[in-house]
Amino acid sequence: MTSDAQRRLRLAVGLSIATALVAVAGMAAGGEGWSPARLLRDLGTADGRLLVFQIRAPRTLGAWLTGALLGLSGAAAQGLFRNPLADPYLLGSASGAVLGVVLVLAAAALGGHAISVATAHALARVGLVGAAFAGALVGVLLTLSLARGAQETMHLLLAGVVVGVLLTAASDLVTNAAPDALRGKQAFLLGSTGFLGWNSCAAMALGLAVTLPAAWRLARVLDALTLGTETAASLGLALGRLRVALVAVIALATGLAVSQAGLIAFVGLIAPHLVRRFAPARHGFTLVAGAAAGGTLLLIADVLARTLIAPQEVPVGILTALLGGGYLIWLLRKRRPA
Amino acid sequence: MVRAARILFLAVLSTLALAGRAAHAKVTIRDDRGVTVSLDAPPRRIVTLLPSLTESVCAMGACDRLVGTDRFSNWPKSVEALPKLGGLDDAQVERIVALKPDVVLASVAARLMDRLESLGVRVMAFDARSRADVKRTLAALGQLLEAPGQADEVWAGVERDIRAAAARVPAAARGQRVYFEVDPTPYAAGPDSFIGETLRELGLRNALPAALGPFPKLNPEFVVRTQPDIVMGAEASVADMAGRPGWTALHALRDHRTCGLPLPTYELVVRPGPRMGEAAAALADCLARLPPPASTR
Repeated sequence: MTSDAQRRLRLAVGLSIATALVAVAGMAAGGEGWSPARLLRDLGTADGRLLVFQIRAPRTLGAWLTGALLGLSGAAAQGLFRNPLADPYLLGSASGAVLGVVLVLAAAALGGHAISVATAHALARVGLVGAAFAGALVGVLLTLSLARGAQETMHLLLAGVVVGVLLTAASDLVTNAAPDALRGKQAFLLGSTGFLGWNSCAAMALGLAVTLPAAWRLARVLDALTLGTETAASLGLALGRLRVALVAVIALATGLAVSQAGLIAFVGLIAPHLVRRFAPARHGFTLVAGAAAGGTLLLIADVLARTLIAPQEVPVGILTALLGGGYLIWLLRKRRPA
Repeated sequence: MVRAARILFLAVLSTLALAGRAAHAKVTIRDDRGVTVSLDAPPRRIVTLLPSLTESVCAMGACDRLVGTDRFSNWPKSVEALPKLGGLDDAQVERIVALKPDVVLASVAARLMDRLESLGVRVMAFDARSRADVKRTLAALGQLLEAPGQADEVWAGVERDIRAAAARVPAAARGQRVYFEVDPTPYAAGPDSFIGETLRELGLRNALPAALGPFPKLNPEFVVRTQPDIVMGAEASVADMAGRPGWTALHALRDHRTCGLPLPTYELVVRPGPRMGEAAAALADCLARLPPPASTR
């Protein structure tokens, strides 16, 4: 029988190897599909190097970072709600981000000729990312205020659902008034790793550098919560405050990920699942490994998105949903008694 | 005896009625779904759910028969006053039915054709991806409106305008490879799309291979690698390109060999309808303004 420590080590090694392999594959997966020979040739020319280092490298790293942020916040959300079906979008961040994006798109569309091209351009560049991020945070703040803090996870969950429904309705209302925003909204809902550059990578790496240690420090709260709220409170933990801190970590990580890559489905739900299944552990490990698993998953999906029908692309959100859904089906079939 | 007379009377009456109907031109047309639509008479009340179809009906001089359009139709000016009935995905069934149209003209991608047809509304659906499709759609509409001559005339006008535009394209622009972006996701117009065909008529080459289909969604890296000589798209998309990772490497952006089309021009170019000649002229105008290729400077 394998001890839990061994399983954890195995998972860590497995994830590291998989990430390294897929990252290398990702560097060799360009506009014409997967071709290591082409990568070597590209590294020999100035134009090729530019493609590799300005487009492919940041995209590959960015996909990993986006997945890691989602995996981390998914693991934190599942711990916070003590519910394996919780995902990082539950707290209203997804619907908030969509509303932010739609408002900017509609402003450009509704303003029409009143807005100069330069303004629309600036709005669209800084605006979409900024609006998605701000929207995600506003969504979570609404949830927190509706639930009157994070004292009761059930209230928080319900408030998150309500805020999600209301903000989605609001963005539908805006697209109804300004249908030109529909396509941009659709693209955001599908998620995309295609335009992740070094700026996106820097923002997300910074976010991960802040949220991962913070989550690590809050892991003991999640461990205590598994024993039940009362036991956790009897250990002297200021649950309300610590839960708000957790919510802040989830909001920041999720907001950063969705503002850079849109609403990528399933990664935040599946990554912590995978980790718990292969190596049951305290939350400290689950959070870190959840981030690593999320990164690896999205990286795999991104490389597939680029190579399956190159030079055309499959939207990466479709692939994460297929991979995640496939994993869940496999899990369900496996658990069925023989 | 009385009974026999009555039967005779009825027989005569129905023969007369049939003859009357035959005299009334009956219109039968197969649409792009392969569905045969027949009308007892040319339609007097028409609803269009696609800007290119609205424009086609108007180009054939039947604008006054339109009773409603989709929300995107904005040419000619007169259609802006008509009821706006939503888009292909969210057209308002109740309002359409209330307008009692003789026929609804839609795209094959429209979602509510079955619903409309089950409510007794005649629907004709068209699928325009290439210029041949546009020509076929115009011919079908000409038949529908009982104005086949008009359809031929409109099409001849389109071809004449495209040829005239092609003649104005500067020699330096001929043979240049063009990337035409339809959507910043990025989706682009391939050589076999109606946009690609217009570009070819103008003496340009497409930066994309035909194998990718009419409107492929591309890996952004692929676009940079193909290094198109000229980049075209909506003004906002073209303005956005320099901010995309690595796209500053596009020589066309660096050399300002771009056609960022203002919204009305862009709409003109991406609608497969009777204004394709005008669209070609707008593209030729832009090509004439472009700085010469870097290699010839």
